[in-house]
Amino acid sequence: MESQSNQLSQAATIAERRAETAVLPARRSAPLRILAILAQSPVGFAGSLIVTAVVVLAFIGPVISPHDPLNRNIRARFKPPGFVDESGALYSLGNDQLGRDILSRIIAGSRVSVLVGVVSVLISGTIGVIYGLISGFVGGIVDTVLMRIVDGLLAIPFIILVIAISGVVGAGLSTLILILGFTGWITYARVIRGEVLKVREMEYVIAAYALGQSRRKVMLIHILPNVVSSAIVLAAVQVGVTILAESSLSFLGLGVKPPTVTWGLMLSDGRQYINSAWWMTAFPGIAITITVLGVVFLGDWLRDFLDPNVRGRA
Amino acid sequence: MRGFIISRMVQLVVTMFIVSVVVFFILRLSGDPILVLAPDFFSEEQIEQMRKFWGFDRPLGEQYITFVRKAITGDFGKSYLAKRPAMELIIERLGYSWLLAAASAAIGLTVAIPLGILSALKRNSLLDLIITAMSSLGTAMPNFWLGLMLIIIFSVHLRLLPAFGALEPKAIILPSVTLGVGMAARLSRMTRSAMLEVLNQDYVRTARSKGLMQKTVIMRHALRNALIPIITVFGLQLGWLLGGSVVVESVFSWPGLGRLMIDSISVRDNTVVQAGLLFYALSFILINYAIDVIYIILDPRIKFQ
Repeated sequence: MESQSNQLSQAATIAERRAETAVLPARRSAPLRILAILAQSPVGFAGSLIVTAVVVLAFIGPVISPHDPLNRNIRARFKPPGFVDESGALYSLGNDQLGRDILSRIIAGSRVSVLVGVVSVLISGTIGVIYGLISGFVGGIVDTVLMRIVDGLLAIPFIILVIAISGVVGAGLSTLILILGFTGWITYARVIRGEVLKVREMEYVIAAYALGQSRRKVMLIHILPNVVSSAIVLAAVQVGVTILAESSLSFLGLGVKPPTVTWGLMLSDGRQYINSAWWMTAFPGIAITITVLGVVFLGDWLRDFLDPNVRGRA
Repeated sequence: MRGFIISRMVQLVVTMFIVSVVVFFILRLSGDPILVLAPDFFSEEQIEQMRKFWGFDRPLGEQYITFVRKAITGDFGKSYLAKRPAMELIIERLGYSWLLAAASAAIGLTVAIPLGILSALKRNSLLDLIITAMSSLGTAMPNFWLGLMLIIIFSVHLRLLPAFGALEPKAIILPSVTLGVGMAARLSRMTRSAMLEVLNQDYVRTARSKGLMQKTVIMRHALRNALIPIITVFGLQLGWLLGGSVVVESVFSWPGLGRLMIDSISVRDNTVVQAGLLFYALSFILINYAIDVIYIILDPRIKFQ
C-alpha cells in the first residue's frame, strides 16, 4: 500500500516537472517552438533543412531554374560544368547529350522525387497502418493469415517485386506511384501489428474496456493514436526508400518515361556517355544522395524525438 | 532441435505457397501472356490454337495448380524467348550471382564490424562522427550510382579495372565493392548500437573489473553477445543485397540472375520472371533459416519451441 502511494506521488512529481518544462516552449509560437527543438539536434536540423530545401525547389523550381530543362541546344552538347555560351549564359553543372542544362534538369527532377516520395508513402502508410491495426487488434486466425501473407511478400526483395510488377503493368509516373504505394505497405504491417500487440495490453486500454467502451472505439481512440508515432518514423524511412526505388526503376527504363525529367532517367542518360561526360552521371546522383540523406536524418531525429525511451541514447 | 527444424519446414512450405500465389496471379492478371508470345501476323484462330498449346485456355485456378505441381518437380515451364526450360537458364546464372553476393557480403562484414566496434568504443569522438557520417552517406547513396561513379574513376580515368562483364577475375571487384559499401554502411550502424548496448551490461563491467585486457573483453565478452542482433540485420540485409544486385548486375553487365530478371522482364518472358521471383524468395527464406540455426550455436540460451 505504502509503495503504491509512493509510486503515485512519484508519478505526480514527474507530471509536475513535465508540466513545468512544457510551459517554457508553449509560450512561443508553434514554428518557433519547432525551430527551438530542432536547434538542439544538429542531425535533425540538417535533415529538416535539406528536406525543406528540396520541397521548396520542387514547388518554385520553374521560377528559379536558370534555363528551360527541356530546351535543346545543339551547340551546347556535352559541355562540361562551368560552360558559358555565346550569349553569356552560364551552365554551371554542364550540359547533356542534347545540350540541355543539367542544373535546371536536376531542379525539375526534384518534383518527381517529392511527388513519388510523398504520395506513395501516404498510400502505403495508410494501407499498412490499417492492415497492422486489424491484424494486431483482431488477433487469432485473422492475425495468423494476415501475417503469413506479409511473410510471403517480405520474402521477395522489395525492389525485385516492384521491378517485376512495373515490368508487367507498364511504366509511367502515376502507375509508378501506385505500384510503390501498393507494395510499400508490407513494411508497416508487421511493425504496426507489433506495436498494437504492445499497446493492447496497456492499462489504459483495459480501463477503457472496463468503462464499457466498444471495441471499435478502443481501437480508434486508444490504440491507433499510440501507434501513429511508429508509423511516422517508418514513413520517413520509407520516403527515402521510395525515392531510391523510383530512381532505380527509371534508371532501368521501367519507371518514369521521358520527357518527364527525373534523376533516375538522367542517370540512365549519363550511363550511355559515361566514357566522356562524367558530369551527366555525377550531379543527378549527388542530388539523390543529398535528398535521401536529408530524409534519413529527419527520420533519425523523429525517432528519437517521438520515442522518449530512445531519447538521449545513441 | 528436431522440433524446430520440422516447424520451420512447415513454415517454409506455407510461406512459399503464399509467394507462389502472389507471383502467379500478379504476372497472370497483368495481361494476356499469349499476346506477348504470338507474332503480329497471327490470325484469331492461330492465337486460339497457341493459347490451347500453352494451356492458357484453362481456368486460372487450374492453371495455378498445374504450375505448382510442375514447379515442385523443378519444372517451371519453358522460357518464351529462349525456348529452353526456365530452370536451366536460372541455374546457369546462379553461380555468378552467388559469387557476387558472397564477395559483397564478405566486403560488407570485414568493413562494418571493425568500424562499428571502433565507433562504439570511441563513442562521441571525432572518429565516431566520421564513421557514422560515412555510414549515413552509404545508406543514402543509390547503389547503382556508386557503381557508375566507380566505373568513371577506376575504368574510364585510371583504366585499372574492367567496367563490364565477367571475363576476367578482376571484373568482380567493382560490382562487389559497390554492393559491399552499401551493406557495410547499414551493418556498421547496427554493430555500433549493438556494441553500445552490450558494453553497458554487468558482465562486461565484471570482465573489466577482473582486470582482463581490453581485447579480451571486447572479443570474448562483448562482441559475442552483440553478434546476435548484428546477424539478424545481416540476414535482412541479404534481402537488400539480393534486391540491389538486380540493378547493380545490370550496371556492370554481370551475367547473374539479376540481369536475367531484368532482361526477361523487359521482354515479358513471364515464365523466367516467375521462376526467378520464386527463387529469390526461396533463397531469402533459406538464408534466414540458416541464421536461426547460427543463433542456437552462438547463444545456447535460445531454445526454439
